Amino acid sequence: MGLRDALFGRTTQAQPKLDNLFALSTGALTLDSELDLVSSGQAGLCFKAGSGESTITTDADIEQLLNFDETDNKVSITTDDLGFKWLVIKDPDLESLVTRIHSANTSMVENGLGPRLLCAVFGFVPKTPPGEGSVRLVYLLKQGTFYPFAPTSKNQRDNELELRVRSFLEKDIPMEKDLSRWMALWDLPVN
Amino acid sequence: MAKSKFETDHGLNARMFVTGLLLVLLYAIIITVLIRVGVAFGFVIVIAFALIFSQYFFSDKIAMFSMHAHEVTPAQEPKLHEIVDRLCLLANMEKPRVGVAEIDMPNAFATGRSPKHAVICATRGIMNRLNDEELEAVLAHELSHVAHRDVAVMTIASGVGMLAGLVSRIAMWGAILGGGGGRGRGGQNIVLLEMVTWIVSLVIYVIAYLLTMALSRYRELAADRSGAILIGKPSVLASALVHITGDMGKIPRTDLRKAEGMNAFFFAPALASGTAASLFSTHPSLEKRLDQLNKLEREMNG
Repeated sequence: MGLRDALFGRTTQAQPKLDNLFALSTGALTLDSELDLVSSGQAGLCFKAGSGESTITTDADIEQLLNFDETDNKVSITTDDLGFKWLVIKDPDLESLVTRIHSANTSMVENGLGPRLLCAVFGFVPKTPPGEGSVRLVYLLKQGTFYPFAPTSKNQRDNELELRVRSFLEKDIPMEKDLSRWMALWDLPVN
Repeated sequence: MAKSKFETDHGLNARMFVTGLLLVLLYAIIITVLIRVGVAFGFVIVIAFALIFSQYFFSDKIAMFSMHAHEVTPAQEPKLHEIVDRLCLLANMEKPRVGVAEIDMPNAFATGRSPKHAVICATRGIMNRLNDEELEAVLAHELSHVAHRDVAVMTIASGVGMLAGLVSRIAMWGAILGGGGGRGRGGQNIVLLEMVTWIVSLVIYVIAYLLTMALSRYRELAADRSGAILIGKPSVLASALVHITGDMGKIPRTDLRKAEGMNAFFFAPALASGTAASLFSTHPSLEKRLDQLNKLEREMNG
């Protein structure tokens, strides 16, 4: 995007940047060693359910697109209160979570759903119960950057923990530098 | 103000006095220049005073309007009213009106030309981010602004800056009209004189602006100090400041899914977000404010 586009208020629909996703494996090691946070075994992909140029609009279409195994109960699609769809994947192995999110992304992009993708979310929980202080790492697909989100109640988030996570992770993974983009995702279906 | 129990700080008062004195000096220079030029003297004064007075008299309405704030009753915001009630009892001052602005940006402000007409206002963002104790500390800071009559002081101070701005503009018109009139040799001298006036006024405007900002920073520090002394816990105000300024204040509470319309999450950004630091700030740096509060904490509890 150049200055001329800015002047004329043009925007182009951005395609997701997926490659930075793989950096998460390194980041996870740091989270484990520095903050005692480990993967919750859950990840989610959030996208706008909508109409448009694509013919793929129903859950069934998406399921078919992503080649769900009938018996695969690790994957589910839910619609949240704000009308966004979530592909939720459960897998104890983080590497495999990342790979599955990446391949789901890739097939959606190939089928023209790229512009609808909003973010991917990976859950992290403290190694030792009672499970206080869990963190979600949100991956902004259009920016190709991560940021932490640590909700503590309905509309409260633990900014101190989030900034601590950033300070440890910024060497390993591309963190979103603009803090005003660290938007909340209240009541998300990924733990 | 004499009646209320807000502590005064003599060092700060002295510095504010010097700043104020310099502003008055500037004011005198402007008047002299005006008389020398001899154009539209009465006109300038009338307009300037009308603007300053309307700013002074409607300060509460202007501030509330620009922050999209509305007044709230104790039934609507019981917690906020309870805190203000308690602080006013503690400070022995009249309770101001209470308002809330429905925005996510963490902020609070006090406005109104006198303690009688004062409004104290908090944004939804600050109420979501701070615990009750921290919110109390922030409101104590804002109540000190009311007790210190900061709106009146700052209106007068910025009024001088505005006057200087007006003078420079009128001098500029004079220079253009004089140049077009072709008044011969004498006319050229007048044009030159007016050009000089214009440049001088501009310089004066910049200086006045910087001084106003300095005055504002001193008054913020003074409000921090008396607010912290009133609640007796400087460290709580310090913790509130850390939570609402700097990095933490920038992290939004707005939902990503709701922000997609106005924000560039589905689209590539038209312009990369800049890092334009504000050159002139009305608030002292966080470090300076925390330093003062740490010192106070040691004095009070050490």
